[in-house]
Amino acid sequence: MIKIIDLHKAFGPQKVLQGVNLEIPEGKITFIMGASGTGKSVLLKHIIGLISPDKGQILIDGKDITRLSEPELMEIRKRFGMLFQEGALFDSLTVGENVAFPLREHTKLSEREIRARVETKLSQVGLLKAIDKMPSELSGGMKKRVALARALALDPEIVLFDEPTTGLDPIMQESISNLIKETQQRLNLTCVVISHDVPIAFAIADKIAFLYEGKVIEEGSPEKIKHSKHPFVQKFIRALPTGFKEARDEQEQ
Amino acid sequence: MALMFFKAMMLTFRPPFRVRLLLKQMEFVGVKSTLVVVLTGLFSGMVLALQGYYGFRKFGGETLLGATVALSLLRELGPVLTGLMVTARAGSAMAAEIGTMRVTEQIDALEVMAVNPIHYLVVPRLWAAILMVPLLTVLADVVGIAGGYFVGVILLHIDAGIYIAKMKELVELSDIANGLYKAFVFGAILAVVGCFKGYHARGGAEGVGRATTQAVVISSISILIADYILTSLLFD
Repeated sequence: MIKIIDLHKAFGPQKVLQGVNLEIPEGKITFIMGASGTGKSVLLKHIIGLISPDKGQILIDGKDITRLSEPELMEIRKRFGMLFQEGALFDSLTVGENVAFPLREHTKLSEREIRARVETKLSQVGLLKAIDKMPSELSGGMKKRVALARALALDPEIVLFDEPTTGLDPIMQESISNLIKETQQRLNLTCVVISHDVPIAFAIADKIAFLYEGKVIEEGSPEKIKHSKHPFVQKFIRALPTGFKEARDEQEQ
Repeated sequence: MALMFFKAMMLTFRPPFRVRLLLKQMEFVGVKSTLVVVLTGLFSGMVLALQGYYGFRKFGGETLLGATVALSLLRELGPVLTGLMVTARAGSAMAAEIGTMRVTEQIDALEVMAVNPIHYLVVPRLWAAILMVPLLTVLADVVGIAGGYFVGVILLHIDAGIYIAKMKELVELSDIANGLYKAFVFGAILAVVGCFKGYHARGGAEGVGRATTQAVVISSISILIADYILTSLLFD
């Protein structure tokens, strides 16, 4: 279980996190939602120790990761997988080498075993045929699927997703969110998803937390969030998709 | 920047040793710079001979031309010009490549996968530059001296025997060694500056462009300043 206690972080005068408290349950999908620029990604990067907080604690199975030494942190990170917003695939390596990367770094598997594992992971995301392609030859959705395969290569317990569906077409969004749900259930993963995609959150989340002005203002099951009285949450989940709004504005003019 | 240098030096001895990455960088920094360095060395040597000849002719000292060309190249122009050319070619590429990895979160991805980015990215580049810049300097020296010989002996008809004899007489082993010490330092400078600027790049494509420009300017100036300092320390 991951527990975040009173987390503060400021970049210069800009206070991004102002006392975040949150529990992330084991073996569940937790969505952290909020408007763009409210520190969702910053929070996620704290959980994996890429950014250290000004104040507060992050407990992973009771151990405060903000106080760990570099080697201890590296050890903890092997239990994590992370899917970056744009995939962050190494563009000098092929798709197959990207997925093999964490295996080559952290296991003593033979080349044949690595190859087999890479093939399994890639076929789970439906991209086995792209194994020898370079990341620059892939579409945005394919990159994210390869990145997911790479994030899962070491069979992590906790997987972090930074806006997994942003910038994809609706069909790809659905296929990625199904892939997250299906993978989570198959491997009993703890998933933390940063997103502002309301329908997808309601479809696959076990728990949703709302970040607003540097704090968690509402958290709970999707049912609970739907009936939240908080005006920001109300507004956020009832807002129309941008494209729809623009069309309506044009009609009114 | 100094901190990055020391971190990279310390991490050098921590396994795993990334021999393949080192070889790849050595190929990039070294082998692929050969043509540039050969051309630079050749024409520097040739023009030195030409200019030197006009100067020496005024007091009949043409026979000293070989020694002058060789000393200028071995002590100064070989290491400095090689350092500058490799900065332009490889230092800039290091900044651009690492900078792009930074802004596309690939460096974060390395850290998340529990791989130290300095160990993975900086150590091989640093050592590739430290090893290859001296070798390239030797190449520039040899080609430059040959170019000087060509201009002096073949084109300007200075006696070949005297040209070589004077060169042998006046060039000492320490001239060659000191030139190579400089080259080691210049290699370290261009790699550390290039990696440092790329590593701390911010703000998309524009940030990578800025990092690359700064890397080239700062490395070049640092090389020239270091050259003065080293010259005053090494040559009495």
